[in-house]
Amino acid sequence: MALYGHFIHRGKVIDDGMMLGFRAPASYTGEDVVEFSCHGSEVVSGMLLSACIECGAAPAGPGEFTRRAFLNGRISLTQAEAVMDLVASSSRQAAAAAESALEGALYRKIQEIEESLVTLAGHLAACVDFPEEDVEELTAQEFARVSRQARAELAALVENYDRGMVIKRGVRAAIVGSPNVGKSTLFNVMSGFERAIVTPVAGTTRDVVREQIQVGGIQLLLSDTAGLHQTEDVVEAEGIRRSEAEMEQAALLIAVYDGSQPLDVAGRALAESCAGKPAVAVINKSDLGTMIDVAELLPWFAEAVVVSANERDTAETIEQAILRLLKLNDMDTDAAMLANQRQLRAAEAALMALDDADAALMAGYTLDAAGVCLEDALSALKELSGENVAEAVIDEVFSAFCVGK
Amino acid sequence: MAVIGNYDVAVIGGGHAGIEAAVAAARLGVRTVLFTLSLDAIGNLPCNPSIGGTAKGHLVREIDALGGCMGIAADRTMLQSRMLNTAKGPAVHSLRVQTDRSQYHLYTKQLLEHTEGLDIKQAEIIGINAVNGRVNTVRTKLGAEYEVKAVIVATGTYLGGRIFVGEANYASGPDGTSAATELSESLRQLGLGLRRFKTGTPARVHRRSIDFARLQRQLGDTEIIPFSFMTTEKLENRVECHVAYTNLRTHRVIMDNLHRSPLYAGKIEGIGPRYCPSIEDKVVRFSDKDRHQIFVEPCGMATDEYYLQGMSSSLPEDVQVEMYRTIVGLEKLEIMRPAYAIEYDCVDPLELGASLEHMAVGGLYGAGQFNGTSGYEEAAAQGLVAGINAARKVQGKAPRIFARQESYIGTMIDDLVTKGVSDPYRMMTSRSEYRLYLRQDNADTRLTPLGREIGLVDDTRWERYCAKDKAMIAELERLGKTRIKPEAASAILEHKGLPPLANDILAIELLKRPQICYSDVAEMIGQNDAIDSVLMARIETEIKYDGYIKRQMKQIETMKKQDKTLIPKEFEYHSLSGLRLEAREKLAKIRPLSVGQASRIPGVSPSDIAQLALALAVFRQKSGKSE
Repeated sequence: MALYGHFIHRGKVIDDGMMLGFRAPASYTGEDVVEFSCHGSEVVSGMLLSACIECGAAPAGPGEFTRRAFLNGRISLTQAEAVMDLVASSSRQAAAAAESALEGALYRKIQEIEESLVTLAGHLAACVDFPEEDVEELTAQEFARVSRQARAELAALVENYDRGMVIKRGVRAAIVGSPNVGKSTLFNVMSGFERAIVTPVAGTTRDVVREQIQVGGIQLLLSDTAGLHQTEDVVEAEGIRRSEAEMEQAALLIAVYDGSQPLDVAGRALAESCAGKPAVAVINKSDLGTMIDVAELLPWFAEAVVVSANERDTAETIEQAILRLLKLNDMDTDAAMLANQRQLRAAEAALMALDDADAALMAGYTLDAAGVCLEDALSALKELSGENVAEAVIDEVFSAFCVGK
Repeated sequence: MAVIGNYDVAVIGGGHAGIEAAVAAARLGVRTVLFTLSLDAIGNLPCNPSIGGTAKGHLVREIDALGGCMGIAADRTMLQSRMLNTAKGPAVHSLRVQTDRSQYHLYTKQLLEHTEGLDIKQAEIIGINAVNGRVNTVRTKLGAEYEVKAVIVATGTYLGGRIFVGEANYASGPDGTSAATELSESLRQLGLGLRRFKTGTPARVHRRSIDFARLQRQLGDTEIIPFSFMTTEKLENRVECHVAYTNLRTHRVIMDNLHRSPLYAGKIEGIGPRYCPSIEDKVVRFSDKDRHQIFVEPCGMATDEYYLQGMSSSLPEDVQVEMYRTIVGLEKLEIMRPAYAIEYDCVDPLELGASLEHMAVGGLYGAGQFNGTSGYEEAAAQGLVAGINAARKVQGKAPRIFARQESYIGTMIDDLVTKGVSDPYRMMTSRSEYRLYLRQDNADTRLTPLGREIGLVDDTRWERYCAKDKAMIAELERLGKTRIKPEAASAILEHKGLPPLANDILAIELLKRPQICYSDVAEMIGQNDAIDSVLMARIETEIKYDGYIKRQMKQIETMKKQDKTLIPKEFEYHSLSGLRLEAREKLAKIRPLSVGQASRIPGVSPSDIAQLALALAVFRQKSGKSE
């Protein structure tokens, strides 16, 4: 079964795409399976994935599909052997990735949160398992204090996730606008060299030109596109079609206007198509006069700047606007960041479990109920390091408390 | 050597593991013999005169629910009872009793004597023989030989036992018994890897030398809940316990004489339990503490011996006297039995399967301290499982594996055979991830049907269980459909300072509120005479913690699924090139029964498990078996 349509989440269209449905047992895993196909942008697929997770889906573990297929008796000998090789190689990659993450700030941060929770769980276990020893009683207040602190740190990690993704994977940005507003000139200014051909003739750029640039520590995959307008020229029309596709896929739009001319119908149409997307309006050619006011564009754009391609600080001005838009100007790039959906999922699961622990205490439940939630939080975090929770807690009991007959 | 008898199951050792193993095997209908070094040491409590405690109390209740002996024996010989952790929530309520040591011995000895199909023999087993990887005979020191189909090794601290007190050390079992000195070599010849563990015990002292007026009193509970689901008579406290404290003078005596401790002088090689440190360990490791607690406990009604819990030591006797006498209330202390440390041989439990049978020697089972645990209750629980499985093996039945998610017994055995031990293993509530479900109050619901199926639950116990279960289900139904009107609740709510109800509410919903207890609701909707106070507390817990219990049940379901994917015995790990070497080696050594157990092995990662699952599929297809 195949369907074509829109992916709608919370009333908003994410993208249009395909859904393929496989009824059990006629699927890879032998269970009911749906596959979504969407456009290739990181942002779109990320949004779709987040929407699925919000609706109750969970990211697959390494080799999980194949494991399920095996558990449901769907795998043949040759298939199994082929997939095994694949899993083996991807798990080696995953291991390498994990190793590098282990050295990073994220590992230290998670470790820090984990340590505070293990200390708490160890204290609870010491009180519970050695009630007759003179272990200082753990109060609900102390429990709540530590667990809330950990919760706040996890929440910060989760909130930083999207921003972290931007830094890690880079952003696809497209320079768009009407012909002859100076898109290619700005493109070259931002690239730092004469990458695109620039002439005073409208419609010079007929295909998409790309360049990888660094903006405040972020990778920007910047593309220069053909100017948008009605044309009879077959080649230029194809260029415009490609511009539109580029706009569709970009996670960031840089809409360029000729500031020496008043805002026209095409400019308004461009503004409308940018509405609701991460987009910066660049009002160019300020040296030739300012017929467009920043305020005029702000209904559609979160950021609008006035520049002249000939001035020295043009690139800097645009870059700052981009960073503000992506809320990255105050970002510490050395700070801990979750690196992928699985880590995000683990952090979110831990966060939810800590919320449950808090709710248990607030509702007047005994510490054992809150303790079970605390351990769920720890298990979620330990999934990242692969250690065993019970052992960690018990080690804590014996190293921190003088207990035993 | 002459074969002078033959048995289905031979149990070596008459301690807590041996007792449960022998009685279970005999009750399951196989001809059983129990060998002990001394008939007078059966059911001895060589350390603390008490049964239960946190998590250990859970084990006793589980043993009882399955039809084992320890719960009833503890109730019969009880001196004082306390439910621990009552303020910390139902998951961690734990029962602990003081026990009359000599009565406990007499009770359990008589129990063995009265068990049909069980012979008891005083003998030292010095050899176990196996043919074609399966045990066939055992040999005594006197040269007698017995043909056997299964052997359960429950040797406690007797196996290669050596006592240390200061500069002195000698081969010995506990309490002046002799050690089993030759069996270790025979076990090594069978291929077992033995290791040295150690434990210790404090001095026993004379009652008249204690100034009780200067100690804190510790009383038992006013309402006593028995260990056994079968105990119906009212139990009474018969003694008091007391609490004393060490002080800086005590610690100075210890520090000044540390060089005379065999542990610190490097004479003891055995690894001691972390949870049961000697007083010298405590003083050294926690030097910031200016006092440590000591419980002063009577050993029985017919003796003046007292036990000093918290003061185990291996310092020389003269130092012990000086050290104990620094304690307020113990200034004139007379030691009757000095404290000592004891070292013994035990097996690496990773060599055992979850049935407690050795993986390389068929029909050879281990239980208790031999398996690397510590504690009477841990030993008894393993003895029960080993006894059940040895009998089943003889009868040609599949072993009975106790799942981690079903019981503390299962949790302990899974830990032992999957993770192994680095020091003597003690059960703790924090070891169970399912502790809101694995409570001591529902041990019967969790395990009595299983005990019935195994064949250890007799008709009387079964009928009592069914009646109680029925009453509880009926009461839960009543609470689930009876509506309470605001006027029926108003008096009680007002009395508690709570706002009145706006609308009708189901009794079960009202009971979910933290401030409302079962007796409040019963007052509103009418008492149910079939519900006693124990059941009331149980019902209240089930309802109040429903959300948390359900959360655990969900995790349990996931675990069960993984446990269902079995790994064939003959499965070869070394060819799995996709797995990391560490994972392969561990899997090959531990030989997990299922993918679930494999996933709990430390050092085996989720991607190793995915690989393993696939390799299993390949294996099945190649060997032409379908799942």
